[in-house]
Amino acid sequence: MKRLILLLISLPLVTSCSDQWGWYVVDPTTKSGLSNLKFLLSGLEQTILMSFTAIAISMVVGLAVALPGMAAAKGWRRFNRVYVEVVRAVPILVLILWVYYGLPQLMGISIGVFGAGVIALALSDSAFQAEIFRAGIQSVNRGQYEAARTLSLNYVDTMRFVILPQAIKRILPALGNQFVYMLKMSSLVSVIGMQELTRKANELVVTEYRPLEIYTILVLEYLVLILMVSGVFRWLESRMQSDER
Amino acid sequence: MAAAHSRLVINMQGVDKVFGKFKALDGVSLQVHEGEKMVICGPSGSGKSTLIRCINGLEDIHSGNVSIAIMDNDGGREARIGMVFQQFNLFPHLTVMQNLTLGPMRVSKLSRSDAEKRARICLERVQIPEQADKLPRQLSGGQQQRVAIARSLCMEPDIILFDEPTSALDPEMINEVLEVMVGLADSGITMICVTHEMGFAKRVADTMVFMDEGKIVEQSPPEKFFSAPESLRCQQFLAKILHH
Repeated sequence: MKRLILLLISLPLVTSCSDQWGWYVVDPTTKSGLSNLKFLLSGLEQTILMSFTAIAISMVVGLAVALPGMAAAKGWRRFNRVYVEVVRAVPILVLILWVYYGLPQLMGISIGVFGAGVIALALSDSAFQAEIFRAGIQSVNRGQYEAARTLSLNYVDTMRFVILPQAIKRILPALGNQFVYMLKMSSLVSVIGMQELTRKANELVVTEYRPLEIYTILVLEYLVLILMVSGVFRWLESRMQSDER
Repeated sequence: MAAAHSRLVINMQGVDKVFGKFKALDGVSLQVHEGEKMVICGPSGSGKSTLIRCINGLEDIHSGNVSIAIMDNDGGREARIGMVFQQFNLFPHLTVMQNLTLGPMRVSKLSRSDAEKRARICLERVQIPEQADKLPRQLSGGQQQRVAIARSLCMEPDIILFDEPTSALDPEMINEVLEVMVGLADSGITMICVTHEMGFAKRVADTMVFMDEGKIVEQSPPEKFFSAPESLRCQQFLAKILHH
């Protein structure tokens, strides 16, 4: 992975010989290039803050939606189905616009760009997280529930100490996938003016007229961010090596 | 040896259990007394496992009645029932010690040190005190099943149910588990055991039960059960399994 990152970082140097490229726009050795580069990177904090908050919320909501999906009572299972099907069917971009422009009107409140972004991303992601959690929980052997029951563990303790630790280990790759997907989807929140990576790039393109270089930097920013997240998930996976025979 | 004078702990009356169109239990009535050792045998699909799973509520019954009550100093209460499964069902992500202390800590609200103290006593009883810090997958099948027995003992059950505890084991590991079960039987606990280990049954059983097609076909003390079974089906079954 290190080699890949090095290769990508050296990309601007290699391509600088071509006529089409004008790397001066983000050349850190010049004053304007350095300030442009800083401007592009200044969106990083908002991208990370917004997506991590949204993902954290969506995991909690996702679990809360997944559990009724496995309840004995039909009403609970129906709630799970309706939530997942409806939320999953709305495109993220549409959801962002609806939450930002529609929700304040509906509720008579004002939510900022950050709030709207987090709500829209978390809502959309929660339906997917719910399905991932459901798959993981259902993959745990029935005997585990029965053993917990014969020890008189209640539902919450059974989930917390017996089922979820085993389920999460199995769904870690899927959770990592979803994490990466949401990081990328956070770029859509730029349409409502969120000052994150993509928005910064768009703004710079408008003033500098160098879309090729600026968007290449944007690609690299996401790539590095996501490779780091993937690395963390790989590390988690190797740490939680399967205990099963 | 038969516990005729002691008190009733399990009383099943006319229990029916249906899976779809299949009648797993067909009007089963069964009484178990305090301290009694009961061994249930019968061909596969005869309802043995279903019967004991109805006792501890792992299966709902469709009709009939199951009462589990025990008298102690404070009067009557529901009996605590432990269970040992064919597939052990240990928690694979927890160490042996954590498997044993989870119930006592979360259900009986014991402190960690009290729970570990109790767990060590239980591990002594199943003769593997040295395995406390291992994960289940690091143990042999026989050891895993002994951990499972210790785990249910940690909840201080009045009754312990065994659902074919040696059927998933390699032959050389069956005896170590049976020895532990014999030791348990000697301690006076009420035991119901679904098994085909007839040597074990002869050693510990007060009552033998033979089931077929969801019914109790024969129920008698082992001396009579093995020498002069009344029903033809039971004779045929015993002839098949005792000749091995």
